[in-house]
Amino acid sequence: MIPAAFEYLVPTTLDEALSALSTHTDAKILAGGHSLIPAMKLRLASPKYLIDISRISDLNYVRESGGQILIGAGTTHYQIESSTLLKEKCPLLTETAPYIGDVQVRNRGTLGGSLAHADPAADWPAAILAVGAEINVRSSRGERTLKAEDFFVDMMTTALQPNEILTEIRIPIPPQRTGSAYEKVKQPASGFALVGVAVQITLDTNRTCQRVQVGITGLAPKPFRAIGVENMLKGKVINDQLLAQAAEKAADGVDPLSDIHASAEYRSHLARVHTKRALQRAVSRI
Amino acid sequence: MKQVIQVTINGKPRQDEVEPRLLLVHYLRDVVGLTGTHIGCETSICGACTVLLNGAAVKSCTILAVQANKGEIVTIEGLATNGKLHPVQEGFWERHGLQCGFCTPGMIMAGVQILQRNPNPTEEQIREGLEGNLCRCTGYQHIVEAIQYAAQKMRT
Ligand SMILES: Cc1cc2nc3c(=O)[nH]c(=O)nc-3n(C[C@H](O)[C@H](O)[C@H](O)COP(=O)(O)OP(=O)(O)OC[C@H]3O[C@@H](n4cnc5c(N)ncnc54)[C@H](O)[C@@H]3O)c2cc1C
Ligand code: FES
Ligand code: FES
Repeated sequence: MIPAAFEYLVPTTLDEALSALSTHTDAKILAGGHSLIPAMKLRLASPKYLIDISRISDLNYVRESGGQILIGAGTTHYQIESSTLLKEKCPLLTETAPYIGDVQVRNRGTLGGSLAHADPAADWPAAILAVGAEINVRSSRGERTLKAEDFFVDMMTTALQPNEILTEIRIPIPPQRTGSAYEKVKQPASGFALVGVAVQITLDTNRTCQRVQVGITGLAPKPFRAIGVENMLKGKVINDQLLAQAAEKAADGVDPLSDIHASAEYRSHLARVHTKRALQRAVSRI
Repeated sequence: MKQVIQVTINGKPRQDEVEPRLLLVHYLRDVVGLTGTHIGCETSICGACTVLLNGAAVKSCTILAVQANKGEIVTIEGLATNGKLHPVQEGFWERHGLQCGFCTPGMIMAGVQILQRNPNPTEEQIREGLEGNLCRCTGYQHIVEAIQYAAQKMRT
């Protein structure tokens, strides 16, 4: 359980990190290391260079700016879990964080690392989709901003190019009368999500649904927005029956994962049930 | 290529040349000689290797020694002061928080973290704080009581 040998680089600025990434082939970014180091110990990954970005202080922050919450990619799960700003302005993230691994994992693992890793059973992707986040990535040639739904491409695959670093997650601050919730069914051995459903919903004073975003992880090779569920709710007056009907659409049009822990059919069932619960809980919080 | 790291372990500064792939737990056990930190699973699951790095409980089998450079590390050997057990250690003694003892160093470090962040945890919060630590012997009940003992002791 010892990784193959590699060279270790510790840039202190983002520019240094980006130039190291573009000059070295077979280099990998090291953030919290809580997906990469286990993979390296198993020799599932054996990069020649590791570029540790954890000493770059301007990748580690949670702040509010111009109607958005900005989170540096290097912010740890624990920092998010314990952020009073997020608890007040974007409680879906503080609710989701404690579902990840355990205390020690959350002390090290980062939001950017989890998104870049794109494990199909990871928790953050569901929440990031539900809050309507944008993801900022940079290379030595420039930067671009992607919608969360365009960032996730396939199993363990994102829109990140090999010379790019994920730098910031940008979240529009939800309006008044918004409720949110995260529902997770844990795979009992690993604690990862068999299915995780994150919901953020906004109603007007007549209980008409102004907007709703439903992010689902664990069910499919990549996390996705449950558009079928959202479309049944948008513009309608919300009641329990409608929420239940909409939740029935949670697994529509996806090709569900199937393994020894849960068949495709069971995962789809879990997705429908937990979408209903997440919707009900989110609405009850408005 | 070996790299120099400087760390403070249990209050004492030291400097070593290490291969970047050396895991923190192997550094602590094999280079520094602090074998109180255990290796249970080596796969980031069991928590036997838990130490504090810059005040945060971490699994030292999932961290490279070079990542701890310039850091402050506290291991189980660093908890007692002048021969007097830390309240969490005392709790494990008083409340029979261990049987074989293999998980104990990691459990105690996790317990210290729980009480640092929340001096007055509920039983549920203690259990949540121990999620990353497995015990094959005790059934956890006495471990939870050991931490409750320490919480009470530290408050008075
Ligand atoms: C015991 C255990 C239990 C866990 N349980 C859960 C769980 O229940 N739910 C869950 O969601 N996750 C879980 N995880 C995974 C954990 O959340 C990881 O922290 C996370 O997946 C990766 O983040 P990291 O910062 O550790 O990234 P690293 O391991 O450092 O990197 C992961 C990958 O992303 C790349 N990368 C990292 N940062 C960037 C960046 N800024 N730009 C570009 N590429 C980057 C790396 O090159 C690497 O390929 C668990 C991990 C462990 C060890
Ligand atoms: S030895 Fe590190 S978690 Fe088990
Ligand atoms: S006391 Fe034996 S593993 Fe915990």
